[in-house]
Amino acid sequence: MAELNTGGGGGDGKKVRSKKSNPGVDLTAMVDLAFLLITFFMLTTTLSKPQSMPLAMPDKDVEKPKPEDITAIPEDRMMTILIGKDNRILWYMGMLKTPRMQPTEAKFGKEGVRKDIIKNTAYAKQHKTKPDDGLIVNIKASDAASYRNLVDILDEMAINKVQLYAIGDITPEEITLLKDKGLY
Amino acid sequence: MTAMCDVAFLLLSFFVMTATAKQPEPKPVDTPASTVIDKLPEEGVATITVGDKQVFFTIPRASRRGTLERISSTKGVAFTEGEYKAFEGMEGFGVPLNQLKGLLALSPAKRNDPKLQIGIPYDSVNDQLTDWVKQAREAHKAIYDEKLTTGEITVEEFGKKGDLGIAIKGDAKEDFMTVKRIIDILQKQKKNKFFLITGLRNEDF
Repeated sequence: MAELNTGGGGGDGKKVRSKKSNPGVDLTAMVDLAFLLITFFMLTTTLSKPQSMPLAMPDKDVEKPKPEDITAIPEDRMMTILIGKDNRILWYMGMLKTPRMQPTEAKFGKEGVRKDIIKNTAYAKQHKTKPDDGLIVNIKASDAASYRNLVDILDEMAINKVQLYAIGDITPEEITLLKDKGLY
Repeated sequence: MTAMCDVAFLLLSFFVMTATAKQPEPKPVDTPASTVIDKLPEEGVATITVGDKQVFFTIPRASRRGTLERISSTKGVAFTEGEYKAFEGMEGFGVPLNQLKGLLALSPAKRNDPKLQIGIPYDSVNDQLTDWVKQAREAHKAIYDEKLTTGEITVEEFGKKGDLGIAIKGDAKEDFMTVKRIIDILQKQKKNKFFLITGLRNEDF
């Protein structure tokens, strides 16, 4: 393959031809090697830094906050998401005892909880007191939930641009509710 | 052909220059995917890796020595100069404090043996993770305190970078409760903001 043509050898003596110079070197093998190395380095490098999801948790103050610092959360805008076992979700609007919307089961993904969040955002917007008020979501994961569920639901918050969300601790009543629905 | 060769070598040199070999991790985990495309800050972030209920801790290189010095003085464990050097060169680790000397004595290749490191204890009886995080934060802060006094960085920059960032790299199948326990440990130290390391996916799931 790699040959250097240096013109005809010997000659039959008739004419002394000047040697044809042919500077073209066959590069195929070299390029092959170069591309092989490129492939190798492309696959082994970690060019992109890892993706990360910033998460801010509410401050767990040791002292009880002063009563005047507590802002009441409007029930019409509050959605609580409970994460049970087998990637199943239960959500309700308002308070657990007097829900504005009854606890409803949902699945993860765009056909599941995302539609509910969009629907509830629209509902919350109807009850807004200030123009930029939106949905408030309280995420409560049970012992049966996995870390993937948490990231998935936080991702839904990011996708749907939920105004305010927090991760809370699940209450015994809510665990009972999950048990009744067979999600725990 | 010449042009192709040129391009190939140009690319090759680019990749060689930018390459940072993948660091072997003592606990490889499969992170969950998310659509958030924020990048993890390049420096000043310690990573807590969680998998199979075991916890591993990776301290940024600059703060490693200071962290071990602080652990050494608070826990009353003395380390030799060689052990400090070994600790600085070690990427992540996950052993109880009493096994740390043994781990440091091993060669780097042997440290990543799958069964060797059993994770840092983080239960309420023996909560060493709290100590590690606390000392790492203090070591990180000491470095930036010094930079602030020498005038290398402004007060504004100090406010942004002075506190060590914490990233949680959890396995997707990990129980939520394990991760919650880590979050609680961080919150006890008034560390309310952190990063969750995730993979990438599109919104269509």
